[in-house]
Amino acid sequence: MTNRYIFLYASAMVVIVALVLSGAATLLRPMQERNMRMEKMQNILAAIDIPASRDEAEALFNQYITVTKIVDHQGEELEGDAFEVELQDENRKPVEERQLPVFIADVDGETFYVVPVRGNGLWGPIWGYVGLESDVKTIAGANFDHSSETPGLGAEISGESFEEQFKGKKIFDEDGDFRPVRVVKGGAPDDDPHAVDGISGGTITSNGVTDMLRNGLEVYKSYFEKIKSS
Amino acid sequence: MSENDNNQKEVLFSPKNKKLLTNPLGKDNPINVQVLGICSVLAITVQLRTSIVMAISVVAVMGLANVIISLLRKTIPPRIRIIVQLTVIASLVILVDQVLKAFVYDVSRQLSVFVGLIITNCIIMGRLEAFALQNKPWPSFLDGIGNAAGYAWVLLAVGFFRELLGSGTLMGYNVIPGFMYEMGYEDNGFMILPPMALITVGIIIWVHRYKDRDLIDIS
Repeated sequence: MTNRYIFLYASAMVVIVALVLSGAATLLRPMQERNMRMEKMQNILAAIDIPASRDEAEALFNQYITVTKIVDHQGEELEGDAFEVELQDENRKPVEERQLPVFIADVDGETFYVVPVRGNGLWGPIWGYVGLESDVKTIAGANFDHSSETPGLGAEISGESFEEQFKGKKIFDEDGDFRPVRVVKGGAPDDDPHAVDGISGGTITSNGVTDMLRNGLEVYKSYFEKIKSS
Repeated sequence: MSENDNNQKEVLFSPKNKKLLTNPLGKDNPINVQVLGICSVLAITVQLRTSIVMAISVVAVMGLANVIISLLRKTIPPRIRIIVQLTVIASLVILVDQVLKAFVYDVSRQLSVFVGLIITNCIIMGRLEAFALQNKPWPSFLDGIGNAAGYAWVLLAVGFFRELLGSGTLMGYNVIPGFMYEMGYEDNGFMILPPMALITVGIIIWVHRYKDRDLIDIS
């Protein structure tokens, strides 16, 4: 077999493989995107403590999430569909240009606000949703996820025991100043409403969550203050 | 394992072909005897459900990869055969991953990186190199399915015991009755950790050798 044959063989193989794989990806994309939408709805609902299975997600989302809107960093409303905003892209823009999605839920007459956050863990991006009670100060629930944190260590941020800790914590202190929740290595003091316990062996991921909450919630500060004063 | 191109009229399930299918389940088991593919056995057997999906994925990839390589075996330039094998396996694995993402999204999230790791599963490349390159498609197919099934049953056995003893569930359903817990029974959290997968595989190998004395190395 000549070099020419080998070269042609390899080239033909690459072309065929490329065609087959891109064909399959195009064909299956609608179904994959639907799954991702459902998961997003599930995560948003989880941040206000409404458990939803994949199949119920859409119905429950439509039932509870009554208003979705996009605001800017000064709390002014913008045009657009909040559900379609990708925080990954927004975070690359300067703060003034960012579109910030807000999901407002009505659960048995009580209002909740859910905002997305996104940051970096040890190995890759981490993200989540934070649900706030109607005082826009108290956390109603949090839901985190990650793409590639270490199982058993950093990956625990998406575990229930970690997420549960955020319930009832505050993101504004008594003077009304913005003070997000920190994840504290070695354990947070019991009476600190602005701190939760970190994960042993997952310090960098824990710090990532701290940064994610600070950066992610700070941009909403003006919007939250607007709600409070109205 | 020589080519038998002259023997055109071999029946589909001749004794020889049957052996290709059944040997890897016992005497030639890729995990118990050849000790290949251990990494994925440790990683994804915490629950029975992920084990089942992984097992099905490996059966699909291995059967297809063996057939494709066997069909191409006369055209593949020997100098780049490993690259060709890897390309075929990698493409099939990407296909499996895409299909899982479209139809069983939750499972695909749990398996996450491990689906990608099928590419490096040494059993698959081992069978391509040792068998499919020299044999016709049908025997290669049987060999692939047989070896994947040999891998699969060990995977399922380990997944079964780890989920049962580690979480008290099977396929996510509680199977240990409540009164057992009231009497002081506790799930063994250690079973969920990877070291216990290794020990479980060790016990399976032990039982396997006890049943099949031929496997015991007396040297």
